[in-house]
Amino acid sequence: MKRKMSLFLALVMVCAVLGGCGGGSGRKGAEGSNGLNAERKANNEIVVAIPQDLEESLDPHGSVSAGTREVLFNIYEGLVKTGPDGGLIPAVAESYHISEDGLTYTFKLREGVKFHNGEPVTAEDVIYSIQRCIDNAGNTGDSALVSALSAIEDLTAGADGTVSFRIGAPNAELIYFLTVAIIPADYDAVDTVPCGTGPFRYVSRSPQENVVVEKFDAYWGTPASIDKVTYRIYTDPTAMILAVKAGAVDLCPHLTAAQVKQIGEEYTVAEDTMNLVQAVYLNNAVAPLNNEKVRQAMSCAINRQEIMDMVADGHGVAVGSSIYPKLTRYFLPELVDYYTYDPEKGKALLTEAGYGDGFDLTIAVVSSYQPHMDTAEVVVEQLRAIGINASVQPMDLATWQSEVYVGRNYQATVMGVDAKNVTARAMLERFVSDNGKNFINYANSEYDALYIRAQECTDEDEQTAVYQQMERLLTETAANLYIQDLADLVAIRSDLTGLQFYPIYALDLQTVHYTD
Amino acid sequence: MRYAAKKLGWMLLTMVIVSFFAFLAFQIIPGDPTAKLLGSDATAESVAALRARLGLDQPFFTRYFDWVYHALRGDFGTSYSYLIPVSSLLAGKLGVTGLLTALAFVIITVVSIPLGLALCTYDRPWLRRLGAAVEQIIMAVPAFFTGILMTLLFGLVLRWFTPGGFVAPEADLARSVGYLFFPALSIALPRIAMTVKMLRSSVSKEMEKDYILTSYSRGNGRRATLYRHVLRNAAVPVVAFFAMTVADIVAGSIVMEQVFAVPGLGRLLLHSIANRDYPVVQAIVVILALWVVLVNGAADLLNQRLDPRLRLM
Repeated sequence: MKRKMSLFLALVMVCAVLGGCGGGSGRKGAEGSNGLNAERKANNEIVVAIPQDLEESLDPHGSVSAGTREVLFNIYEGLVKTGPDGGLIPAVAESYHISEDGLTYTFKLREGVKFHNGEPVTAEDVIYSIQRCIDNAGNTGDSALVSALSAIEDLTAGADGTVSFRIGAPNAELIYFLTVAIIPADYDAVDTVPCGTGPFRYVSRSPQENVVVEKFDAYWGTPASIDKVTYRIYTDPTAMILAVKAGAVDLCPHLTAAQVKQIGEEYTVAEDTMNLVQAVYLNNAVAPLNNEKVRQAMSCAINRQEIMDMVADGHGVAVGSSIYPKLTRYFLPELVDYYTYDPEKGKALLTEAGYGDGFDLTIAVVSSYQPHMDTAEVVVEQLRAIGINASVQPMDLATWQSEVYVGRNYQATVMGVDAKNVTARAMLERFVSDNGKNFINYANSEYDALYIRAQECTDEDEQTAVYQQMERLLTETAANLYIQDLADLVAIRSDLTGLQFYPIYALDLQTVHYTD
Repeated sequence: MRYAAKKLGWMLLTMVIVSFFAFLAFQIIPGDPTAKLLGSDATAESVAALRARLGLDQPFFTRYFDWVYHALRGDFGTSYSYLIPVSSLLAGKLGVTGLLTALAFVIITVVSIPLGLALCTYDRPWLRRLGAAVEQIIMAVPAFFTGILMTLLFGLVLRWFTPGGFVAPEADLARSVGYLFFPALSIALPRIAMTVKMLRSSVSKEMEKDYILTSYSRGNGRRATLYRHVLRNAAVPVVAFFAMTVADIVAGSIVMEQVFAVPGLGRLLLHSIANRDYPVVQAIVVILALWVVLVNGAADLLNQRLDPRLRLM
């Protein structure tokens, strides 16, 4: 009897540990009747899921990654800022004036704009911020920004709250680069503690856990509706989707079609594009990819619709060159079907180029980027149809960065290239033969000459036409195997609304609000 | 005393070797922190400039000894990714992983010891076979899979916790424990099975020895023999196994932190490796090694107390 008793007691203990401790602890999540978290709604706060931490300097003038820019978009503003339609909205500057000859820019600073530390924005801060980019002291600045702003001379503060500067030659694009963040003069914690003028102010971060921002009450414009935003970091896709299903997250951008299928009806799904050009980027300097015919043959082998169907259930927008569709001013729709899917023609071109028997091709892909991995797998099969023996080489991001992107020691890679502002320059400058970011080693003297011409254009339309020529040239020479602008599926809890989409990689939370 | 000194010497040597290999590993694997840090703006020139600023252009041994010199003073450098001192970066994470490890250990102890003892006391052939089968199943299922099952069952079906809703211990300890209980349980399950198995086989081995007969002949029953004589002897390998387990839990938590989205040391380690954030990786590796070395040392000392014969070694 005693023996049985002890066994029984042991079992009771086991059950108590297994069951008891867990019970009750999590129920405090306080779900409303609709299965959504009521506690956060009552507190007027939201949790936004992000797939990577902000693992770098938070300096807005530095070369921060797209994921970090997306968060900083809510914290920093420039003299002007990009609007949802791709146009520019005055921000720290109330208005600006460009002289007739296009050489003198004058910005009238808005009164009453404050930094998150409470200090008012002065002309000194504006000059400091712009000068800081030009100087690029740490050599870690965003190179396109640095080169664009270097044209600026005589940066001076006017008596009536204005800041003006001159440039040597008119430049229709320069104004788009003045979206550059204004930071307090001599602010020394810019790497770790962001301090800007945007609708949200930085509060805290916990590495690999979260980044917290709060509504900035002294914002000059319409204040944000949400009081507190917690960006929670879910680097594991399974964990992320489980968190969404469990209601731990209110807004989850950048989901795949497969992930969206798993989400319940408590969430609405909005569809947008990622604003990047996904392509099989080809190293134009290595044989046989240095042969234009070979690249054209490969272009004929690519079936974009099949890729989009396989990878994202048909979501996504096809592209034919290095400009994505939402850059409407420059986008040439006719280039999308410049190469139609035609394996026979591809084979013929390949034979013409002297590679009738095909060749081996290694496609390097960052293994954590699922859409690119999936795309690469489909591309491998499609290239096989014209006799190219392709294979995927997965690698981690750091290896990719140093071997492929900087080292340029590769044949082909599937990647997405995005723009930091809504100019064609942001997309096309990198393919100039001596550009530091020309990781495909594209070398085309006609293209280089066109780029120089574009920079000399004073008329915006004329400049656009030149950029379009460059765009066409990339397609005609089959610089890369262009595929698509990836679909960006965003899950938002059904009682949350007001999310606006942008033609750049940004997640604007200013207008997001709860409905009753 | 000589024993302790010898042990300490070995511990130190282990630490030196581990730290050296942690350093060497990054020398060998491809990928450069500067390329990652500079992102899409990385050019050969900017990479070279940043390498110089981070001191990565120095020879390997110079960097290693420089690191050791500062590490001994408690300065593990600055994280490349977060640009804050590694020590303050780790301080917050140690608590999370520490709590997770402690919870897992408590669960293992509280469940496996009574369960193991009960199974030894109430020894029946059918129970033995059933126990062995259950142990095999639990040990065979990979921990991350158990974790996903737990999330589904306790998180999405029973709603006992909110998956992905981690609460930091310093914010709300009770809620934090409530969340971490489930990853801790996932880590604990296979170890519970192993400990029970270990305990049972250790006891049954002892039960075959001659002193058991002596004990019986003096009129002791099975239970009395078990508790008065066998356990002390059977405990020696179990204590060593527990030490291994304690070290092992930390490794298990690295996996579980991914599944349960727990921002602990393990997750930081994985991402720091991916980002080539050398200072952070080196510090974590050293901390983990120190943990293993200390736990094993403690187990040795404990076993000496349990079994005086070991003191001669």
